[in-house]
Amino acid sequence: MSLEFIIAAIVTVVGLTTPILLAGLGELVVEKSGVLNLGVEGMMLVGAISGFGVTVMTFNPWIGVLGAAAGGAAASMLFAVLVLQLNSNQVATGLALTIFGTGLSSLLGLSFTGRIVAPFLSVFPDALAKDPIWRVIFGYSPIVYFALVMVPLTAWFLKSTRAGLILRAVGENDLSAHSIGYSVIKVRYAAIAFGGAMAGIGGCYFSMVITPMWAEKMTAGRGWIALALVVFAGWRTGRLLAGAYFFGILMALELYAKASGFSFLPSQFWAAMPYAMTVVALSFISSRGTAGANAPACLGKPFLPST
Amino acid sequence: MPDPAPAAVARLELTGITKRFPGVLANDHVGFSVRPGEIHALLGENGAGKSTLVKMIYGIMQPDEGEIRWNGRRLTVANPKAARKLGIGMVFQHFSLFEAMTVLENIALGMDAKIPARDLESRILAVMGQYGLKLEPHRIVSTLSVGERQRIEIVRALLLNPQLLIMDEPTSVLTPQEVDQLFVVLRKLAAEGCSILYISHKLHEIKALCDTATILRGGKLVDTCDPKVETSRSMAEKMIGGSLKDIQRGAGRGFGPEKLRVTRLSMAADGPFGTALKDISFTVRASEIFGIAGVAGNGQNALLLALSGEEPNHDPGSVTVNAVEVGQMQARDRRAQGVASVPEERNGHAAVPVFSLADNAILTARDRLGMVRAGLIDPRAARTYAGEVIEAFSVKATGPGAMAESLSGGNLQKYIMGREILQKPQVLVVSQPTWGVDAGAAASIHQALVDLAATGSAIVVISQDLDELLSLCDTLAVINGGRLSRPMKVSEAKIDEIGLLMGGIHGETAAAEIEKVAHAAQA
Amino acid sequence: MRLKLEKRREPSLAMLVITPIASVILTMVIGIVVFDLIGIKGFKAVVDIFLSPILASYKWQDVALKAAPLVIIALGLSVGNRAQVWNIGAEGQYVIGALCAAGVGVGFGTTGGFFVVLLMVLAGIVGGGVWATVPAWLRTRFNVNEILSSLMLTYVALQVLSYLVGGPWKDPNGRNFPATAPLDPSQTLPVWHGSTVHLGVLIALILPFVFWVVMARSEFGYQVRVVGSSPTAARHGGFDGRSTIFATLIISGAMAGLAGALEFTGVLHKIDLGFPSGYGFTAIIVAFLGRLNPIGCLIAGTVLAVTYVGGQMAQTSVHIPNSTAGIFQAMMLFFILASDILVRYRIRVIPSAKPAPIAKAEV
Repeated sequence: MSLEFIIAAIVTVVGLTTPILLAGLGELVVEKSGVLNLGVEGMMLVGAISGFGVTVMTFNPWIGVLGAAAGGAAASMLFAVLVLQLNSNQVATGLALTIFGTGLSSLLGLSFTGRIVAPFLSVFPDALAKDPIWRVIFGYSPIVYFALVMVPLTAWFLKSTRAGLILRAVGENDLSAHSIGYSVIKVRYAAIAFGGAMAGIGGCYFSMVITPMWAEKMTAGRGWIALALVVFAGWRTGRLLAGAYFFGILMALELYAKASGFSFLPSQFWAAMPYAMTVVALSFISSRGTAGANAPACLGKPFLPST
Repeated sequence: MPDPAPAAVARLELTGITKRFPGVLANDHVGFSVRPGEIHALLGENGAGKSTLVKMIYGIMQPDEGEIRWNGRRLTVANPKAARKLGIGMVFQHFSLFEAMTVLENIALGMDAKIPARDLESRILAVMGQYGLKLEPHRIVSTLSVGERQRIEIVRALLLNPQLLIMDEPTSVLTPQEVDQLFVVLRKLAAEGCSILYISHKLHEIKALCDTATILRGGKLVDTCDPKVETSRSMAEKMIGGSLKDIQRGAGRGFGPEKLRVTRLSMAADGPFGTALKDISFTVRASEIFGIAGVAGNGQNALLLALSGEEPNHDPGSVTVNAVEVGQMQARDRRAQGVASVPEERNGHAAVPVFSLADNAILTARDRLGMVRAGLIDPRAARTYAGEVIEAFSVKATGPGAMAESLSGGNLQKYIMGREILQKPQVLVVSQPTWGVDAGAAASIHQALVDLAATGSAIVVISQDLDELLSLCDTLAVINGGRLSRPMKVSEAKIDEIGLLMGGIHGETAAAEIEKVAHAAQA
Repeated sequence: MRLKLEKRREPSLAMLVITPIASVILTMVIGIVVFDLIGIKGFKAVVDIFLSPILASYKWQDVALKAAPLVIIALGLSVGNRAQVWNIGAEGQYVIGALCAAGVGVGFGTTGGFFVVLLMVLAGIVGGGVWATVPAWLRTRFNVNEILSSLMLTYVALQVLSYLVGGPWKDPNGRNFPATAPLDPSQTLPVWHGSTVHLGVLIALILPFVFWVVMARSEFGYQVRVVGSSPTAARHGGFDGRSTIFATLIISGAMAGLAGALEFTGVLHKIDLGFPSGYGFTAIIVAFLGRLNPIGCLIAGTVLAVTYVGGQMAQTSVHIPNSTAGIFQAMMLFFILASDILVRYRIRVIPSAKPAPIAKAEV
């Protein structure tokens, strides 16, 4: 294996990992606040089309990314209102958000079908970004660096800031947090909006970087993998990063197996691999029993204060 | 006791406080005042409106009418944060703690000002030293005992230098010795000028601790009196609004043959926060009421599950009923053998909150009363039985169609007790039969248990309320850390010894401890 | 003035019935407004989607054909949801069910007849059930979240389908197109003469009543409801939560497998890459819109089938994309979930009359 090949492989893995890392980080924060939002896939799709649309209209990918974040966050607010204000079932509402996001993105995408934007690639000079060696560090879209920066930032926020402490407290025991005087609803709104924005940015990575065009259902179930990632990581940021790369490598295997005509196994085997491995990984983590210990105690439960 | 100067201005003064809930007047023009440095009892039974009143003082709820004066100034307490800013601290009955977090994090969450973790830790250590409250700041709360958890709440409140500390039923989860330690802390605080609003329904504690007592009944203020002058009985009658009814026992009670035998019963802990049962043995005869005392979280829940069969044992002989080995049987098969149980948690364990009373009758009575035929449920049989229970136990409900969660705690408890008792069980195991129940309902539940025993059933009562066990039971044992003490006759039991057993000191050691205490008292 | 929610003493039966109807109507109203805003003739679109299939009698059989799989899958899902078990992999179980039926068909070659067709349908039921056994086993044995595992297995099922129809089962006379050979006419479901309405539609009409009896009157139905409402109380009542969860997942998988086998033997007669059409996901909406009630599922399945057929009609008449039907379906689900609260709470208007505070301590 040549160095070039290894570097190409790393670049591929980093690219495939970024969307699930972003969406997973967002969902981790949401779940830490005690809310289970199964609408990640839908929010990613809304992010994908809004990021793409804004980029087409403004010719500015930076504004496009902001548009993706805004789109994802706006979609998440539908979920938030139902779940927080009307105490609707979180599982069902999350599913509804995914179905809605899928339909809405298709509808919005109609006028953008067939359009292409310049991919949102590295901002470093070509000498570095396209250098066969140095591109392993400099050759990525700014979204990749953003995702990597968000990992320690999220960890620091949750562990060391007062706001993070309050967010965890709300997820741990919402009634106690309420009786001490924290606004459970406000904290959860903020967490859900953050989760939506992160999923949106994760989604726009597909439409602005990987294939700089819009296609229906282009996130292909990655939102669900992001959800599995949070469980897999046991609600820990560091393990989320590791898990995201694990899945990134699996998805890269599929690409390489297809491209290399590595055909003693059918290509469908490799395509099914990341999903099957997700189930295996979840079983492995869940069977150890300790994984749930770090799960927020109020996860998925409605907040019903007596006052 | 320091006698606080008759200050012209009260620390807290309430006038005409009124709070309505749908269908209930929780507080009806309540007014009283608390002086600086006074320990003021707020006395009343469950449902009298004590909790609602203090929630308004602490800003969790807003009164519909009336005014609150704080150091002479009329104001609205918008939320708990505002209350803490004024200098009002509160220790909740059901702790507002975060299980998976450290002591330090829990305390930080209760502080409104941003204090760096290091400073906070040193201030915590200072407060703990000052009042003799021992705690390790970096322990995870889920590993602490109930008494230690309460200390977190107290330290959290004290760090704010409160002028008024509200304590909501603080002793319900403590051993008698821990109660004494708590009173030392509270007296010290009062001597420093902090007012204390002490909510309880335990009269002897109020007589021992408080300067003034305000008594509530049905949301109305009944009296404000001096507990040192009143007798326990006179306060109790003001609280209940009538004369106390004693339990009626038939004459010439004797015990029949052995009904329930538990032999070297051990169970692994259920989950990371559960308690394992270790080597538990006892027997209960026909017509005997066997009490199990203990501080919350010492294995009571596990014991109930092990007896009811919700957690079957691998050893068939660990539990026998009428000499039949039922240890390995599931709950359903044990019920066929005549074992009925009433767990502590009414909503969500003994009953399904969102089911009607009739549907809840099916839950435990379907087999013994033949409500299922060929896999199909006979809803009419369920309705009829639910109606019978409602009638026999005077349950206040709209009928068999009422949802379990729509009933008050006392009425649901009466319904559940009735559902089990009318099935005429051989053995009945009940946990916390009168937890959160008003005095009238409690009296009728106690009477029903005594009556059931008189028909020849064996009854096990698990309770944290020592007074209840002493008045109800024939025999008593104490559970601590998953172990059961040797049983003693209630007529011969010594309260000191029970207290020490509850605190985890066993057998001869307990006797030695009692002697030591006695010597120390003489010296 | 502010609004306050007040708990009802008994759940409102009226609201249970009114809210799904109101959700459909609200969806139509909002649809008109939104479509007008984005420059599509809203009124026409909504009429096309929701009413045309009902008014045009020649569309009724289309509606019946679309409703059958939706109703059958939703029946199974609603049993699971009652036990708080969330099988969202019905699409995968549907695909596997159809593939198992196809496998039997392939095995018998051109031999057909009643028993072969029966065997194909049974294979579908077993296949769907077995595919759902994996999440059921993982959930009860390792406590793996069944939402994620069942969905992941859907993606795996799609790859299995892609492999089989593109490889071993590819029609040799199919111009290299990835699809199975069409079924021999003797292997297809009987059809109501002169129409395309197959036996599966009748099954979809009868099953809701069977499920109603089981869920409302049987001890098993009671057990499922107790486990879903309060697992601890279920244990107190002597019901085993694990076996209940296992059973509901298998039932929902078997129903999805049945729907897949019926769709294959009754309508499509061959399997290609377009076979998975999203019924498994839409059925989730059907289950909720039907309030997890078997008869409700029958009605809701028909409503959703109308929007499917109407969506296709609107595609040609007002040129809106097929995905619009998806938006309408999701909107219905949003409304039904939002109005759920009215079943157990009533809304009270509280006039704001607070005494003016003199000194206010606020932060």
